Amino acid sequence: MTEASGTAAVTGARERFAPPTRFAVPGRIGVGRQEASVWRTATLTGIRRETPRVSTFRFAVPGWTGHLPGQHLMLRLTAGDGYVAQRHYSIASAPDDSGHIELTLDHVEGGEVSGWFHTVARPGDRVEVRGPLSGFFAWPADRPALLVGAGSGVVPLWSMVRHHRSRDMRMPLRLLVSARSPRDLVFAREMRAETTPVFTRSAPAGVTVGRMTADHLAPFMEKQPPAGWEAYVCGSNSFVEHASRLLVAAGQPVERIRIERFG
Amino acid sequence: MNITRGFTGRPRVDNPGLPPGQYDARDDWPVLSAEVTPDLAPADWTFRIDGLVARPRTWDWDGAHELPASAYEGDIHCVTGWSKFGVRFGGVSLDAFLDAVQPHDSATHVVAYAHTGYTANLPLADVTGGRAWVVWDHDGRPLPAEHGGPARLVVPHLYFWKSVKWLAGLRLLDHDEPGFWEGNGYHPRGNPWEEQRYFGD
Repeated sequence: MTEASGTAAVTGARERFAPPTRFAVPGRIGVGRQEASVWRTATLTGIRRETPRVSTFRFAVPGWTGHLPGQHLMLRLTAGDGYVAQRHYSIASAPDDSGHIELTLDHVEGGEVSGWFHTVARPGDRVEVRGPLSGFFAWPADRPALLVGAGSGVVPLWSMVRHHRSRDMRMPLRLLVSARSPRDLVFAREMRAETTPVFTRSAPAGVTVGRMTADHLAPFMEKQPPAGWEAYVCGSNSFVEHASRLLVAAGQPVERIRIERFG
Repeated sequence: MNITRGFTGRPRVDNPGLPPGQYDARDDWPVLSAEVTPDLAPADWTFRIDGLVARPRTWDWDGAHELPASAYEGDIHCVTGWSKFGVRFGGVSLDAFLDAVQPHDSATHVVAYAHTGYTANLPLADVTGGRAWVVWDHDGRPLPAEHGGPARLVVPHLYFWKSVKWLAGLRLLDHDEPGFWEGNGYHPRGNPWEEQRYFGD
């Protein structure tokens, strides 16, 4: 299997290396190096209950440089002895000029950070954040978007829906979201015609209960925008493995499926 | 230090194997790839090394398995904060592959790339001298697809985004070129002991 020796084609070349396969999900936007390197103080200004297990935490963040829907940040809490716990969280709010951002957090069983937020935190508390981080899951509102999420995986997708609404965009955007039951559906109060919920444990009378299937995706794949959808999939690993397979089987190109896994 | 009111955190563990800012994921092994898990059979897997080498070469599954077996048993660390102890991988030391292609003296860095097109950059010194492996077994069983099977790179002394899943090749270069995450604000090297998570750390 040894090939003919010869590196003339690459020796001395200073072109940027490109792998033989184009990466499925190249970054959508440039990410500023400065944003990632600076820790900022975020002051909690409000808490809103979304579901029995999920609440939204609103922060004032002086110096926040803005974000795009779908981006996340790193948040850290510091104990009195210097112990630090840090987590990545998706940003729930749309970009705006309010000087505030919102995080919508699940109360994770035994979670030291989400546990603090759900049982201790109150307005006036201060935490630290750095970001926004990562460009590959960002939606710069340049392509029609098919959003597929489950549980708290709806959070970065909801930032996209809010952005779409706040700018009154005509660009097609649809959300297919899976939840255990109507009372577990995060942002249910705000959902409108763009959203199709799927309930896995219990549903209102007349609505089928069960896992997301090809039938749920079919209407979106049949009526695609002219240039097709950019798909954004977010949730637990088991959910996104399932949903991304459904999308591929339905004909969605793999290079137009962006995945954010929680866990 | 900005102390968070009322935050105590989980019980402290005195674990010298835990880098700063990390926690022990115990039995969890989170999956964090950004792309669809590829449907890649061992028979379709190939691994190529080229660039600044005397004898560029491509191995297939059987060819790679003819090289001397080598195992890594130890810890892995993810930039998102989890570490996992006592992980057992089986495969071949990357040294065995590099010996076969004979890197030029001018080679200083590599870009490792996946069959999906994912990339990560590494100094050559970080993948030589018994510090990197191409692995296809985890705990004595075939590496699951969502964890990079049929074969992935393992560079355990750096954050795990460097350990490219569905490994397709290495390109040896005389300079550093950012890979996918490095171009998304992450640190060019990613040493967990110096907590090099993001650019500027």
